Order: sequence, then structure tokens, then C-alpha cells
Amino acid sequence: MMTTAMERLLERRAKAEKRLRKEKFDAEIRMTVGSATCENAAGANEVFSSLKELIKKHGLKNVALSRVGCTGRCDMEPVVTVFDRRNTPVKYSTMSPAKAEQMLESHIIKGVPLKEMAMPRAGVTADARFSEDGLWADARLTDRFSSIFGDVNFFGKQMRMTLRNCGVIDPESMDEYLMVRGYQAAVKVLGEMAPNEVVDAITKSGLRGRGGGGFPTGVKWSFALAQKSDEKFIICNADEGDPGAFMDRSTIEGDPHSVIEGMIVGGYAIGARQGYVYIRAEYPLAIKRLEQAIDDARKEGFLGTKIFGTEWDFDIEIRLGAGAFVCGEETALIRSIEGERGMPRPRPPYPAVSGLWGRPTVINNVETLANIAVVILDGPEWFASIGTAKSKGTKVFALAGKVCNTGLVEVPMGTTLRDVVYGVGGGIRDGKKFKAVQTGGPAGGCLPESFLDTPVDYDSLTAAGSMMGSGGMIVIDEDSCMVDVARFFLDFTQDESCGKCTPCREGTKRMLEILQRITSGKGVNGDIEKLLRLGDTIKRTSLCGLGQAAPNPVISTIKHFRDEYEAHIREKRCPAGVCTQLLSYTIVAENCTGCTACRRKCPVECISGNPKEAHVIDQSRCVKCGRCLEVCKFDAVKRK
Amino acid sequence: MTTEKTVTLWIDGVKVTAPAKSTILQAADSTNINIPSLCYHPDLSVIGACRVCVVEVEGQRNPVASCSFPVAEGMKVTTSSPLLRRLRRDIVELILDNHPMDCQTCARNGTCELQKLAHDLGVRERLFEGERKRIEVDKSSPVHRNPEKCILCGRCVRVCSEVQGVHNLSVQNRGFHNVVAPAHDGKMIDSVCIHCGQCVNVCPTAAFTEQDATESVFEALSNPDLHVVVHTAPAIRATIGEGFGFRVGTPVTGKLVTALRMAGFKKVFDTNFGADLTICEESEEFVSRIKKNERLPLITSCSPGWVNFMERFYPELIPLTSTCKSPMSMLSTLLKTYYAQQSGIDPQKIFVVAVMPCTAKKFEARREELKTPWGSPYTDAVLTTRELIWMLKCVGVDFANVEDGAFDSPLGVSSGAADIFGATGGVMEAALRTAYEKITCKELEKLDFEEMRGVEGVKESSISINGTIINIGVANGLQNAKKLLDRVVSGEKQYHIIEIMACPGGCVAGGGQPYPPKGIYVLDPSLARLRARALYAIDESKTMRKSHENPAITALYENFLGAPNSHLCHELLHTKYEPKTPRGVK
Repeated sequence: MMTTAMERLLERRAKAEKRLRKEKFDAEIRMTVGSATCENAAGANEVFSSLKELIKKHGLKNVALSRVGCTGRCDMEPVVTVFDRRNTPVKYSTMSPAKAEQMLESHIIKGVPLKEMAMPRAGVTADARFSEDGLWADARLTDRFSSIFGDVNFFGKQMRMTLRNCGVIDPESMDEYLMVRGYQAAVKVLGEMAPNEVVDAITKSGLRGRGGGGFPTGVKWSFALAQKSDEKFIICNADEGDPGAFMDRSTIEGDPHSVIEGMIVGGYAIGARQGYVYIRAEYPLAIKRLEQAIDDARKEGFLGTKIFGTEWDFDIEIRLGAGAFVCGEETALIRSIEGERGMPRPRPPYPAVSGLWGRPTVINNVETLANIAVVILDGPEWFASIGTAKSKGTKVFALAGKVCNTGLVEVPMGTTLRDVVYGVGGGIRDGKKFKAVQTGGPAGGCLPESFLDTPVDYDSLTAAGSMMGSGGMIVIDEDSCMVDVARFFLDFTQDESCGKCTPCREGTKRMLEILQRITSGKGVNGDIEKLLRLGDTIKRTSLCGLGQAAPNPVISTIKHFRDEYEAHIREKRCPAGVCTQLLSYTIVAENCTGCTACRRKCPVECISGNPKEAHVIDQSRCVKCGRCLEVCKFDAVKRK
Repeated sequence: MTTEKTVTLWIDGVKVTAPAKSTILQAADSTNINIPSLCYHPDLSVIGACRVCVVEVEGQRNPVASCSFPVAEGMKVTTSSPLLRRLRRDIVELILDNHPMDCQTCARNGTCELQKLAHDLGVRERLFEGERKRIEVDKSSPVHRNPEKCILCGRCVRVCSEVQGVHNLSVQNRGFHNVVAPAHDGKMIDSVCIHCGQCVNVCPTAAFTEQDATESVFEALSNPDLHVVVHTAPAIRATIGEGFGFRVGTPVTGKLVTALRMAGFKKVFDTNFGADLTICEESEEFVSRIKKNERLPLITSCSPGWVNFMERFYPELIPLTSTCKSPMSMLSTLLKTYYAQQSGIDPQKIFVVAVMPCTAKKFEARREELKTPWGSPYTDAVLTTRELIWMLKCVGVDFANVEDGAFDSPLGVSSGAADIFGATGGVMEAALRTAYEKITCKELEKLDFEEMRGVEGVKESSISINGTIINIGVANGLQNAKKLLDRVVSGEKQYHIIEIMACPGGCVAGGGQPYPPKGIYVLDPSLARLRARALYAIDESKTMRKSHENPAITALYENFLGAPNSHLCHELLHTKYEPKTPRGVK
């Protein structure tokens, strides 16, 4: 009797379950070590090997150890999770080989969890929610993560959809992906849905491009589906270039198969039999895991010819980017895959009509593709029930800056900035005052306190003068100079301009020059107006999104923090005390005891004075390094 | 015939019907609105880089580049508004802010598109002045590259790859540090550059110019010890008038001769004589190869850009390429041998100047294999048409009003076949007129080979000579030549004779020709057509229209060279080629 593709997949899943139960799930204790690039850098590899050795050394039976992707707790890495049949899961943070040994001896051998090393609980009891068997049941895809991790404040406002499996499964294990309903979405569309039904489902879900543009994914797919061509392509854009953004890397490192599955569904929907993943070469671990996942999928017959035993062919190749920010722009990305210099070209025609090698091409971001299986398996209606009227689902942010909890966070669309900064992020570090939150990466905008109740969605952020972008979120406190912040971001975009179009190539350079002038105390009246005029010209006339958005940090900081610009220009003063050339260090004679500490530490020897007499700083030679301020014990050095 | 789909749109309130595939810029042409543009070139791919041509389209959030934005049914376009004027002004100022602004001392003063645009768009003050890029001028080859004047419109990059198939130039580095250069920012002379000068022609500014030879010519003219003679290429007579206000396609041979005499040249000869001689030698070569049925097709070697291209990209075609020197080199050689002997002047005291439509001729003149036994080049200086125009203006020749003069004898006598050397297909037509008669020993009745004429990139034809079918191929523009040559290399088609000219349209549109006047542009097929028409008119007006009937040529063979392809001919009139790869490439 003929079996359906779904039956075969479920059979394959049963086999996986059997194997996994034997290997780890039925073990008395199961330990997972977070092993994304960032965690490895924090020492996860060492922790993993020392745990492995300790298990061997103590001859521990019935203890399983495996790797998982990142859970997003950047400030707490490496994280080791212990699944103990006698207990709810315990998460140990900032682990080291020594701490691992301590933990193992107490928790694993003696059965006494070490509270002081574990992540603080939020008062929620996870007991009711977690069971090892329940974890692998056919639950809603988004539910597994919080049943393990959702017992701390950090995750309270979060919803793990894109990152549903990161931190839950071993990214290098096909078996574990199959356990979380892996490839069921692909088989479902191949077996039960016509391409236009798939496109309709995605359209109905309201899913919009997560790479920054926010274009409705279903509509994009429908354009490509409507094209008649002998060949079509689907490209996964994993050229994550925004400084500080790492959601795409974490997704691939923690759950590579979800991206592959999204591409299979997309390829089928638009009629593309070949997919490419364009990923930056700076992501070696993500590349390695993706390569392995593609190989594994090929071995299973999930990629290649007649995938899943159906009549459909689909395969994926990886293309590495060489580190140009602009190659994240879709037309530049296409040029780069074609082997040309990565420079954008005018649109229309859009890639959906004429893309890679002139063929209809859909380019989707990693995060977008990772959401596809959720839409298919849990239904477009359910997906559309999350978020706001026009922005559905969740968005991942790389939360960084002066916030207590930094990390990768995923919140439903419509969550307010305040909830992200104070709820998830735990507020401003060291009791400082909030000044602004910068969203949208280097081309986003800075929003002040009065905008904290802005809901995080495409349209609200744009209306507020910032943007969603790919998901960077940097919290700025009172110690930062907003002119300097604008200069920093413009320096980046200016440096990354490909140089093809005039406004971006020449204009960003001139804007940067004006900002450098202002921050070094040489600003003149009219500079703010010039910045606004030039910014407007660049925004309106640049060829691609990079240039069109490049002036945003400047325009938004002028809009909300104009007084800081004016203080720099008119009073030659940096209110936050950041712009070194506007600072001066002086010694208050009454407080100075003549201890000579500052004189001895000054790197340019510009402080003079005899012992036990008041010292003096030669302003003409001072390099404003602040060393004297640091070493003075008598509060005699003043910074202005 | 299929009728092209059209759409109706409104440009500045005027209803316009345009082909559905056209862009806003193309559609606006018919309304007599000139949307300013810079990187746009009608015959090159559209890149939308400079952003000068922005227009407003109803429903679009931002202005769009009209050069690339397609028209649509019912579209409403505004080409001028306070916003657009400001944006265009700012964009052009941004270009100027990174430009040397030495207009008065610039080679393109008066013909610079940026200068004109800045004036037209009202850039009267500098708001954003700042750091300017500083990059050394590359003077290593006949084509000088000055990146400081480059505005990164990319026309040169496109002409070099799309029209010439050389792909020598590309944009390098990022953003503000962008520079157009050969691979690895190398020198032009070390690169695969073929020195055709098309980049000079399409450049809106003076980022590409020819190596200046005027100073050395002025110096020679003022040196009493030197006997300075000049000869001018066929194409010059059809184009130099443009520099003095004549309409495109006005032949001015007589005025050219008089002007050169007024400028101080002792003798004014005609490169046409060299062209007639080339035909005699080349047809001899062709007939002998046809008879032996070997080394076919014969490929012409007059175009120095093509010869450079062949040595760099098709070295396997060296055995097929005619060993004849170009008309310029043949005549220059004769000037320092035959003419020196006849006139009793020490050849080392003769200074030969050639006026050429071409920058690659400057490279040819410096080739080691084309030097005299005493080490100096046979051609001492090569002037482009542009350089000669300037020199004549400099010495104050009122070109438009001078009387017609005649070339000096005997090296100034030529047939009509020589005149048409300046147009694509002309060399072929001239060769066939002679080869036909040599093979058949019968007089050719119809001299006009119409199928060889016209500016199409590739022309193919077959004629029967004495019952033998001769397959002919003609190509101009090296991207077109590639198509033909790839068929030769692969053996897909058997040709007997092929003419290749490097520049699109032939020498009349060469890399040294005048920047065309308003209303017509470089690479415009009608520019080449009009200029070529002048040459065909000269040919038709002559009674002597076959090279081998040139009595001065006959006398030269009888008195000096012996028979065509004689030992002396080989020594003086033939050359050799060798594969050339760019530095660092084996």
C-alpha cells in the first residue's frame, strides 16, 4: 500500500524518538550547554568538555549531555540547563569548568541543586508547565521554550516564535528537529497544498519581511508565483550586517533546519527549485551548522530530487558574503551571488520579476523564513492573532547598551518600547537615567523618553521617526552624547556606502564632516540646518535603502535632542561630557594637596607643581585623557 | 510586423504616448523637456547612479531616477518643482565638492558636461565643501586617467566592457574612496587596456584624456634643424570641421591642408597614400593565401586598438592577422626612407607628425618593432583630431575661411578607396576592389560594395570571385568583433577575409575624434553615419577609386620597392605581433 509523505515523515520521527529516548530523553539527568558563537566565546566549549570528562571520571550512568543553541542571555553565558527527573529544569549561568565541577558534584551526584549559581527565578513555578515527556509532544511550536525557560522575568514579556527551538534542541541533530515537528510544514504543503494556497496562507498570516523592509511576505511570493519562467530562485538573506545585531546568526546556529524548511516551503510556493543562502563569511559556526543541516537534509531525501518522496525537486547552496554591509540590500546581494561587485541597481524591476541571473527571485530574511513553519503548522489565523493590526507575529531584537539584561529578545509585535527596555531589559544599569533608545540598526533613529510607549511594530516605529530595521535596539543613558551617537552611526554607514550613487557617497561624507566639526568644537551657526537639508536630499534621492536611511540617526537626534547640538555649537560644550575636544580638566587649588599623583600619571607631562603645592594643568598640551581625574584622591581635578 | 504596446502618461500635464517598455526619461524626450542627466548614456546600460535625473511621480514616496524608472499607464510625472530643483542642485554640488574645480585650466573647459550641468542647474554657491579626494594622475599610457576629475558616473566602465569587451576598468574601494581603475588599481600601461580611447569619448569630464603631444610638435616646429612633415588620416577630413563650427559630416580636406601649412609644417602628406599601399600589400597577401588556401581568414591590421586587443585576448589569431603595417606606419616609414632619399634630407632630421582619429595610434607609434634602425620611432608624434583643433586655434588659423589647398606629391596622392578607410567596412571595400581585379584580371564594374557599408556592429556577406565563394566578415566595436572571432576560433564558420575596427562605427568615431556638438552624442550611430557619409562622398567624387590604380603607388614600386611583397616591402612595410598579457599574468 502506498504511504503518504506525511506518514513516512512520522515514521521517521518515531525512529528518531526511539533513538533519542535511548540516548538522552530517558536518562535520569539530561544536561544541555548553550553553544552559539557568543556562548563558545564565553567559554561554553570548555564547560562542555569538562562536563564530559567529569561524567566519564565519575562513571555516571544515566546522565546525558548535549549542546543547544542560544537562549539569548548574553550577560549570563555560558548557560547550562539541567533536566532532572526529580526536579524542574535548573539553569546555571556564567559557568566555567570549575563551577561546572562544583555543580556536578552537588546537583548531579548528590541531587542538591546549587541555588547560588542558578538563574534567579521570577516567582513563577515552572513545575506545572514542564515535563520532559510533554516537551516532545505535538504542542504548539512556540510553547516548548517557555515551559523550560519562561520562569524568569527576562522571558516574561517574550514569546519565542522565530527562536522557538533555540536553546531547546541540539542544532546539529536532525532527530531532535524532527521531534519538534520538524519538516512537517514542508511535507504538509508538498502533499496537501497547491502553491497558490501556500501563498494565500502566508498572505493571510500577515507575516512581513523581518529584514527591515517589512514588505508582506505573501505578496512578495505572489509576485514571483505569477511570473512565467523556466527557472526561479529563492534566496535566504543571512548577510546580517548591522553592528550589534545577531538574531539571524543565533537562529541559524540554534535551529538551522527551520530556515531550510522555510526555504522548501517558499520554493514550492513560488516555483523555485533552487535556493541559495547568502551568509556572511564572518559567521563560521553558523555556516558549519547550516552546511551540516543541508547535508543531513540531503541524506534524508529532504533536499535534492523528489524530496520527501514527492515529485518536487529542491536544493540549497550556500554563498558566502565578503563583508560588505551593502550586500544585505537585495539587488546588491544578487550581484554578489552572480560574482559581480555588490552594488545595488535601480528597482523596478524588482527581483520577484527579474532577480538572480534575470530570473524571478524571492529574497527572504532568515527570521522571516524561520517563521514559515509556524504559519503552516499552527495556522495563519493563529499567527495573525499575535501582534498588532498591521504587524503580525513577533520580532527578535538584539537588546544592547546601558540596560541591565542585554541579550536576544523576542516579543510580540505591539509590545511597547518601555516593556522591552524596563520589562525584559530590567531598566537602566547602575541607576542611571534613560536618555534614548536607538532602534533599526545604524540607519535607525533615536527615540527619547516621551516615545517609550510607542508599540514595537513597523508602522509605529516609522511614524515615530525611527524604524524596525533588522532588529537592533540600543539603550542609551544620560552618559551618552547624542551628537556623538549620531556621528558614530553615520561613520558606519558612510564607511559602508558602496559609492555608486552620488547622494550616499558624497552626502554622507559631508554630513559626517559637519558632525565631526560640531563634536570637536568647531561647529558654526547654520550647521544644523545644513545637516537637515543634506539629510533630506540623501533620504529622497539615494539609490538604495542604505542611503535612504543613513541620515536617520542625525535627523532623529536633531529632532529630539537639538539642545545638545546647540550646546556644542554655541557654547562649545558637550553636556554629557563625552566629546573630548570640548572638555577641559582643571585643578582646584584649594583642594589640591600637592601629592604629585596626577603629575606622575599624566602621559604627556603637562601637569606641573612642586610637592605639597597646588598643581597646574597646561591646557595647551592636555590631551584630555582624564587620567588625572581618575588618580586624584582629593577631588581637586575638575572636568568641564 | 508587431505593433509595440504603448501607454499614455502625463509629463508636466502634457499627455504623452510612449512605448510600454520605455523609461520616463525616454518618454520625456518627445515633450521637448530635457531632464538633466549625467551617468545616463543612451547606448550604454542604465545604472541610475548619479541621481541627477530625479523626477516626481504621483504615488511614489520619493523622487525617482527617470533614466531607469519605467513608464506606466496613467502615470503623472513632474519634471520640475522647487523640491526637484533643490535636490538636483544639491546633488551636482556634492559632485563639485569632490572635484578639483580647475575649469579654466582643464582640457574639457567648454566641453565638460559637469560644468554645463552646474551652470544650468544654478549651482552658484558651495554649501557643503569639505575634504577632496587626492589621487595621482596615471600618465603611463596614451590614455591618461585622472581620478580626481572622475565623478564616478561609470560610463567608461560600461563602454570598456559593454561596447569594447575589454573589461579593463572597474570601480574599486568603497564609498568616498571609490576609484575607477584597472585591476588592482594598476597602471593603465600594465593593464589589458587597448588604448582605444572610447573612455575618453564618453567621459563627461576630463577624468580620461589623451596623452598630450602638442607641446612636442610645437617644439619640433620651432626647431630650425628639423624638417617637420605631417600626414593626416582619412577620417580627419570628415570630422575636423566640427571643431570650427561646421556641421557634422562636412568634408574639409582642402582647408585642412592649408591650415596645416599655415601652422608651419614643411610638407603636408596624406595617410591615404599609406592606405592605398596597404591595400596593395594586403591584397597581395590575401590573394596568395587564397591561392594556397592557407592561413584563412586574413584579418586586417589597420586598427591599432584591434591589434592591441588581438595580442591580449586572441593571441591564437596572430598567424591569421595581416602582417601589413597600418597606413600610418607605412607612410611614416616611407617618409624616413623613400622620401628622405628622394629629397636628399637626412632621415634623422625628419620629424614625422601623424594626425589620427585615435589614441591607440600613439601606442602604435611607440612600438619597438616600428622603430627606425637608429632607434627613434618612424612616427615621431601622433596628434588626435582634438589636439590638432586646439593647435590650429592656438596659432590663430581662421579655419572656416582659409582657401582649399592640395596635399604634397607624391605621398599625398590617393584613390577614393583610401578615403573610405575611415568608416567601418571601408577597408574591406577597398581591399575587394583590388583583390577582385588581381584574382580575376578583369575590371570590376560595380565599385560600391553597399553590403559593407553602414554602422551595424557585424556585417557578413559572400561574394563570388572567379567562381570561388569568398565569405566576408566586418565588425566594429570589439564586443561585436568578439562574436565574429569566436566563430573563427571555434571553426563554426569559414571566413576568407575579416575587417575589424576597434571603435564602434570605425575611425570616424575613434577615440581621438572631436566631442560632438549639441544634439548628437558619442556612440550615436547617426554620428558615425554622418561622418562616414562625408568619406563616401569624397570617394564617389574621385575618378581614381582603386588603390592599385594610384600612379604614385605604381611609381613607388617601380622606383623603390620592387614588386608587392618583395624583400624590401617586407622589411619596410610589414610587421610582427606577439602575445601580450598584463603584468603578473602568465
